[in-house]
Amino acid sequence: MKGDYLILLLLALVAFILPLILPGDYYVEVFLFMGINVLVALGLSLLMGYAGQISLGHAGFYGLGAYISGALTAHLGWPVPLAATVAILATALVAAAVGWPTLRLKGHYLAMATLGLGIILYILFVQLRGVTGGASGLSGIQPVHVGHYYLDTPRRYCYLVWSLVVLAFFFSINLVRSRTGLALKALHYSEVAAATLGIDVARYKLQVFVFSCVLAALGGVLYAHYITFISPETFGFMYSIKLVVMIVLGGMYSLWGALLGGAFLSLLPEVLHRLEDMEVVVHGLILLLVLIFLPGGLVGLIQKIGERIRGSS
Amino acid sequence: MVVLEASDVRKSFGGVKALKGVDVTVQEGTITALIGPNGSGKTTLFNLLSGVLPMDRGQITFLGHEIGHWPAHKRAALGMARTFQNLQIFQEMTVLENIMAGGFRHTTSGFLAGGFSLPRVRGEMKSLREKAMVLASDLDLTPYLHKHAGELPFGIQRKVEIARALALEPRLLLLDEPAAGLTTKETLALGRFIHGLKEKGITVFLVEHDMDLVMGISDWVIVLNFGQKIYEGTPLAVKRERAVIKAYLGERRAKG
Repeated sequence: MKGDYLILLLLALVAFILPLILPGDYYVEVFLFMGINVLVALGLSLLMGYAGQISLGHAGFYGLGAYISGALTAHLGWPVPLAATVAILATALVAAAVGWPTLRLKGHYLAMATLGLGIILYILFVQLRGVTGGASGLSGIQPVHVGHYYLDTPRRYCYLVWSLVVLAFFFSINLVRSRTGLALKALHYSEVAAATLGIDVARYKLQVFVFSCVLAALGGVLYAHYITFISPETFGFMYSIKLVVMIVLGGMYSLWGALLGGAFLSLLPEVLHRLEDMEVVVHGLILLLVLIFLPGGLVGLIQKIGERIRGSS
Repeated sequence: MVVLEASDVRKSFGGVKALKGVDVTVQEGTITALIGPNGSGKTTLFNLLSGVLPMDRGQITFLGHEIGHWPAHKRAALGMARTFQNLQIFQEMTVLENIMAGGFRHTTSGFLAGGFSLPRVRGEMKSLREKAMVLASDLDLTPYLHKHAGELPFGIQRKVEIARALALEPRLLLLDEPAAGLTTKETLALGRFIHGLKEKGITVFLVEHDMDLVMGISDWVIVLNFGQKIYEGTPLAVKRERAVIKAYLGERRAKG
């Protein structure tokens, strides 16, 4: 339990030092995008590991954040903080509208509903040309700045992203240890028993789902205002799947799984340039191998190794 | 005072009428037992009372509230706790966490307060933990506090479930076959424990097959058969009643 805060402190240190020592902007940028992936994955990890629900449309919520915030700054010239806030709130509303009816039902209706929503959102990103720029993309998105200080270098932006990642982990660790976390864990293992203890199962599932979509939207906002040009393929079904693979690979039952899985899958394409076309196959393979040989994911593996070392000494 | 009153409760599963209009009343501070042969509708009645299953028709009044169509969590929030015949413990959670979850209705903090770990949140979690430790010690569960509940022997899991239900600080405790799968020694201890609950002022309503346990601790016994109440009375009166002997106890005599 206390270990979580220690790991968080370590993470904050690493996130502070890495951008200073990485050799060149390219690597800093890789680290920056890793932060965005980890942020989105963290929300999904809360949903999957604690509420026992799967979203197959998180790329859609990620895209909503990016497009709404991006379009408000590009077309209407809104200041970034205001556009970002509106984008995140709007995404939360969409999430609540989808989650409200589906999360009242037992079973994996949320997975199906989000799968459908993700596809619909993708089509909207392509078709609403006047707003989204269609298939050729949306340009003119404003960068983030504080007065005349522009966060337009990879290093500066990296600090913004990772500060938010650390903050999101802090919030999530606290949440898991609070009454809400207790309720989520309980309903994951038995919805019936949880309800007979006074836990409003549908409400807690909805809360964590909306929060998870808020983190996805925040990730989208961060992405859009860094890259300042977005196009639909970033927010397609494959990214939703990639997020699920991150969680399974990292380990579903620990929030740190989102960090490890997110980091691993962010680095993989950088190491294996040639496998770009094979990405789907690689993800499928990872999913299969982890589920068969490593059901606890990377976090589970580390815990097992830790136990063995302690056991032998 | 009447804690729980159910009248004309009906439930069908497809074409099978599990409950055909049952009336039950549970008086405050008593131990009331619900007995009857397998399939007589005892667990179904418990599921309707606790809100785990929706009822087809009838009325349920709990502490003066008409709760017949309330969701389960609202009934629990009002002070109704239950255990399950087939155990519904949170297997991957520790014994301590299981019992703490039982105290959920005594906490209030919201999502944001939890995420920012406000002092109030830490306070209520600490209080949940302390109360859970006391309950664990009452039920001799202290050695298992940090073990995953699913790894423990059956008898211990039963106790964890009872401790979890008690953490709710219930006005009414529904126990669904608490002695099933327990050894004779464990059953005797359970009987003493349930009797102790009554002395603490907790009203108990239990479904049980172990007749020695039922007759030993109950103040009032209700007998179901084929979805209908066929008799109710004191344990002594139930033992003498022919209809009951025929429907239920007779089977045991024949076997013995």
